Amino acid sequence: MNIGNLIMVVVGTGAMALFGIVAGLFYMGIDRVLVARMQARIGPPLRQPFIDMAKLMTKQNIVPANAIPWLFNAAPLVALASSISIMLYIPLGSFAPIFRGYGDLILIVYLLVIPALAMVVGGLASGSPYATIGAQREMVTMISYELPLATTIIAFAWKYAQLGLDNPFSLATVAATPIWSQVGPLGFVGCLLLLVTMILVTPGELGKIPFDTPEAETELAGGLLVEYSGRNLALFYLSLGVKAIVLTAVVVALFFPYNLSSYLAMSALPARLVDGAFFLVKIFVIMFFSVSLIRIAMARFRITQVVDVYWKYLGALSLVGLILVMVDSFIR
Amino acid sequence: MKTLEIKKTAPYTTQIGPAHPALKEPVMFTFELEGERIRKADFAPGKAHRGIEWMGLRRNCVQIVYLAERICGICGITHSLSFCRAIEQVAQIQVSNRAHYIRTIVGELERIHSHLLWAGVAAHELGFDSAFYLAWRVRENVMDLLEYLTGNRVHYAIIQIGGVRRDITPDMVPKIEESLKFFEGVYGKLASIFLDDTTIQMRCRDCGVLTPEEALKLCPVGPTARASGVRKDVRVDHPYAAYADLELQPVTPDQLTGEIRGDVYDRIIVRLLEVKQSIGIIRQCLAQMPDGPILAVPKMALLLAQLKKAEGEAVGRHEAPRGEVMHYVRMGKQESPVAWKVKASSYSNYMSWVPMLEGEQVADIPIIVASIDPCISCTDRVTIVGDQGAQVWTKEELHRLSVEKTRQLQLG
Repeated sequence: MNIGNLIMVVVGTGAMALFGIVAGLFYMGIDRVLVARMQARIGPPLRQPFIDMAKLMTKQNIVPANAIPWLFNAAPLVALASSISIMLYIPLGSFAPIFRGYGDLILIVYLLVIPALAMVVGGLASGSPYATIGAQREMVTMISYELPLATTIIAFAWKYAQLGLDNPFSLATVAATPIWSQVGPLGFVGCLLLLVTMILVTPGELGKIPFDTPEAETELAGGLLVEYSGRNLALFYLSLGVKAIVLTAVVVALFFPYNLSSYLAMSALPARLVDGAFFLVKIFVIMFFSVSLIRIAMARFRITQVVDVYWKYLGALSLVGLILVMVDSFIR
Repeated sequence: MKTLEIKKTAPYTTQIGPAHPALKEPVMFTFELEGERIRKADFAPGKAHRGIEWMGLRRNCVQIVYLAERICGICGITHSLSFCRAIEQVAQIQVSNRAHYIRTIVGELERIHSHLLWAGVAAHELGFDSAFYLAWRVRENVMDLLEYLTGNRVHYAIIQIGGVRRDITPDMVPKIEESLKFFEGVYGKLASIFLDDTTIQMRCRDCGVLTPEEALKLCPVGPTARASGVRKDVRVDHPYAAYADLELQPVTPDQLTGEIRGDVYDRIIVRLLEVKQSIGIIRQCLAQMPDGPILAVPKMALLLAQLKKAEGEAVGRHEAPRGEVMHYVRMGKQESPVAWKVKASSYSNYMSWVPMLEGEQVADIPIIVASIDPCISCTDRVTIVGDQGAQVWTKEELHRLSVEKTRQLQLG
């Protein structure tokens, strides 16, 4: 890697971090306003998450006496850094990922675990019984949604490996060859099931109702995050915001990689802008269906019910999807 | 009952409260946990003692009516009505029929408002905030109606010894009817949200069960008892105000589902059905309301003089939204009562928490605690201050103390 490349990567990483944080907070604001309107409330202004962040950054950062300070302080940083690093492997609109050619789908599945693990470590390090219960629940939730998530990724990996493309597991390849164009009617149904699975895995990954058991405001008073305040809490919120963008971007890249510019015959720069805007719209749609709409229509599950939902129902759903995709390839 | 010790090895003991988002008022729970499962539950009330009875014994009876109203922030009429019923018996004041009907109407409106408030709290405890906002939004309608009828949203100040302070005139009836129609519509909506929603069923069915046997043993009151199939309702068992003239039956969950399980879901059913029942009761009252004066002794000086001459003791009861409320008053030819004892409905319901909570999960604590609709500051009559560490009073000690207190009363 020469110096020019290195500078590109550094600048690109900075830009991606900025985009992730700003977009993450912006979508948090949209979600809050939409949810408020659906509950017949007025809701906060759109920029409320930004105001919250600015306020939290000026607040005192309390480390409880029972906590392990270095672990307690490191966890939010790790969470944010790992969320941002996933951004580097994901195509945004027609912008190819910064680390194109390095990471692939499987890497993303592993990287997605890190922010959640950082929260678990932070929770366990805070020395509060509520945070400990929250951390245990977060681990159980992680184990639960990994099954449908992994099954979906396997279905994609298997399908693209079958196609005999170069670098089949890379997200850029997936984005360049939309799955829907590669499958027959059976596979189409299978992919629909996988899409539903991914839409329902997203609120679990993000800790939203009905899967917000690790935080459970009325049960654990904030669970994992109960002891966090000030800058550390702000960093966790930022990492959640970035993670929301990452997850929806993965869903977009897997299922809706289409761009508008290819249909409009545009020159290079406007095409990129149009694609960028279209990408933001796609993220919004996924976010609306997987977070906002689900979280206003349900009560919180117990942790045992979270496991049931993910393993039994969504596990079965994604397996059926996988089998349909496979059968489809064999009979074609 | 022995207080659970805090242990740092499994099975762990964890405290919830006195200040915790699951609890709307201060009470302290101690749980022995095995993973997410509750093995043992214990609780310690007495964190919100305000010395209301002590204040009352330094005031005259008319002042106490307003003080009693402030025992509870939600059931404004409950305590003032029970207190007035006790005083009216001691001073032998005859309440007019019209006043009885107005008391009943306001009491039932209060029940609608209290049950809607509870529905919102329960939904919030389950993490279902949309239902919480809906319930509290429609509750505004009944609050507005109460303000229209009495002048206040809470603490209606409509009850007076010997009757009520404001009449319900014929021109007010259309507005009441409009509100009743609104609530008939809302009932269907609430029933479909709270009873048909899958996630609410998943969380509430067979959760926090109080069997009929335990219900008989622990003597809960109100919806908590009725949800376990104990048909007990002061309005039916010992009718007062206008209830003797009206058609009503204790509401039990089998009226809707055909079975009694005594779980949180059944308590939701009972409260929802009671909203519907209250609408019917108010309709009957409006149709049958007789004419007449609203106050037995309209002149305040005369009333106070009459109360000063009163001697004797009496118990006043009322079926509050949470169950039976009881006021004991003893008068001794002086301005203020010699004794005034308040038993709020939650006092009888507290003990049923223990069998409900044991064996359930940590996630169920908020909804089970909320399911008896506890009114903690209304219930706190005793608190122990100044002692080193926690002290548990045994039944024998408490019995000895109350015998001493009674003897003190008898000696004057």
